[in-house]
Amino acid sequence: MNEQRSQAQAVLRVVEAGPFALLQDGGRFGVRHLGVTQGGALDVISLWAANYLLGNPLEAAVIEIALGGFALESESETTLALAGADLGATLDGEPLVPGRSFVMRPGQRLAFTQPLAGVRAYLAAPGGFAAPETLGSCATVVREGLGGLDGNGQALAKGDVLHCRAGSAPKPGRALPPTASLDLDAPVVLDMVLGAQIEDFDGRSLFEAFNADWQVDERADRMGVRLLGPQLRCHRETMVSEGIPLGAVQVPADGQPIVLMNDRQTIGGYPRLGALTPMSVSRLGQCLPGISVRLRPVSATQARRAYLALRAALEA
Amino acid sequence: MAAKDNGRSPALRLETVALDCVMVRLFDTIDEANMPWLLAATQRLREAFADVLIDLVPSYTTVMVHFDIARLSLSEARERALQTLEALEPADDEQGETHVLPVWYDVAVGPELETIAARANITVDEVIRRHAEREYRVFALGFAPGFAFMGLVEPLIATPRLATPRKRIAPGSVGIAERQTAAYPGVSPGGWNLIGRTSARLFDRDRDGYSLLRPGDRVRFEPVNRDVFIRHGGDTTALEERR
Repeated sequence: MNEQRSQAQAVLRVVEAGPFALLQDGGRFGVRHLGVTQGGALDVISLWAANYLLGNPLEAAVIEIALGGFALESESETTLALAGADLGATLDGEPLVPGRSFVMRPGQRLAFTQPLAGVRAYLAAPGGFAAPETLGSCATVVREGLGGLDGNGQALAKGDVLHCRAGSAPKPGRALPPTASLDLDAPVVLDMVLGAQIEDFDGRSLFEAFNADWQVDERADRMGVRLLGPQLRCHRETMVSEGIPLGAVQVPADGQPIVLMNDRQTIGGYPRLGALTPMSVSRLGQCLPGISVRLRPVSATQARRAYLALRAALEA
Repeated sequence: MAAKDNGRSPALRLETVALDCVMVRLFDTIDEANMPWLLAATQRLREAFADVLIDLVPSYTTVMVHFDIARLSLSEARERALQTLEALEPADDEQGETHVLPVWYDVAVGPELETIAARANITVDEVIRRHAEREYRVFALGFAPGFAFMGLVEPLIATPRLATPRKRIAPGSVGIAERQTAAYPGVSPGGWNLIGRTSARLFDRDRDGYSLLRPGDRVRFEPVNRDVFIRHGGDTTALEERR
């Protein structure tokens, strides 16, 4: 950190923080065989978008703010960018629209109040926020004590001081390509690549899985999101534990699916319908409890094409 | 395929589990005899996918390959995995390290010693003797960083998980669940039957490789008294103490 402090880069101070403001990046990879979870921004599209707006590497460290209750003050002039949820963000009281960069001047206060659309906002800074990498990433995983500002898995707290990696944003004032903005007002349809275990579910359950309205339960966090709806039946109740992909839709004995998100355990033993595409995981990460969602099977070819098109638009 | 390992050779299947993950399934049940095959498959897959690999997640009967979809399609990944595992041979059964973990077995830190003894109709000392007598194999890592699922404990001391998991378990706690045994590397919730505590550092992010235990490793638990446990830096935090 000393090296970063000696340079003239922007400094931001946390003046208000609930438990849900976390430093995140693209996640922690190459260590999952040791039981270490993936972590990283739950809405990866908005992580990329926030960084794109400044011309940063797409997976540079950002602040993921869930629900609101977070405020920063700047000690210097800097360009920041906001993407993802509309959490009623204001700069010295003036509303800020997600999907744009903005200049913050010394003494100004950036505050996030409450979810107006979506759940998680992503704040990017020039070059990304400076934080030590633990096991290759600064993604905060509170449960594992990894990542964050000090590397110990702590959420951001009042009094924390954040430094930016670069003095200025390489490309301030960029506009987002249309595909990189999630439409948070549209009905939520989550695309799922079907898994081999789909054969273990009975026909009626498969019909219902893709035709029923599913309600996002209150039990929704960075590990998993439970969906409420018709009871799905599987011939097998549990299996030998095996690796769990991001977005896996597992069905425990109560028949109510749980979508496994970035901070999921690395292996588990419930049967699965399949896994949401990365873009649908992002979308689900923006759903408040009570919201109605639908599941839709998608071909791997089609899903990959959409993913590659989005990456290409952002890497341009 | 030549059956070199107790007649147990894998019936290899590839399954799609996500846009960017292929599940390589070798077996259907937990068995120590799976290990040489799983280790061999893991090693081959790691090499074959090196340039496009994001993560490899081996477990009791499977190896999940998470690859970079920017570089490879699902069907290309399946094809590559299939070719890689053609004519798979089991790894040398001696592969893996052997560890001796010192354990302070005591009801103060192992409240289920008495439950297990009562279920088996043996003394607490006998539970300890039987747990420490065997050499266990690490089947898989998961649940938490460095948490190693090991087995198998002898059927007499096998015990189902607690109906209500504890909210907070001290690091180093050693437990039994069914016929598996494990030690909790860090503070965590958990439903295993606790029988003691080890001073071994199971996960250390400053250590090369981070995790003390790896799949295929062999582990023995060595009973030590409280003084030795403390001298080795053991954590004497009371059970379920809250911060």
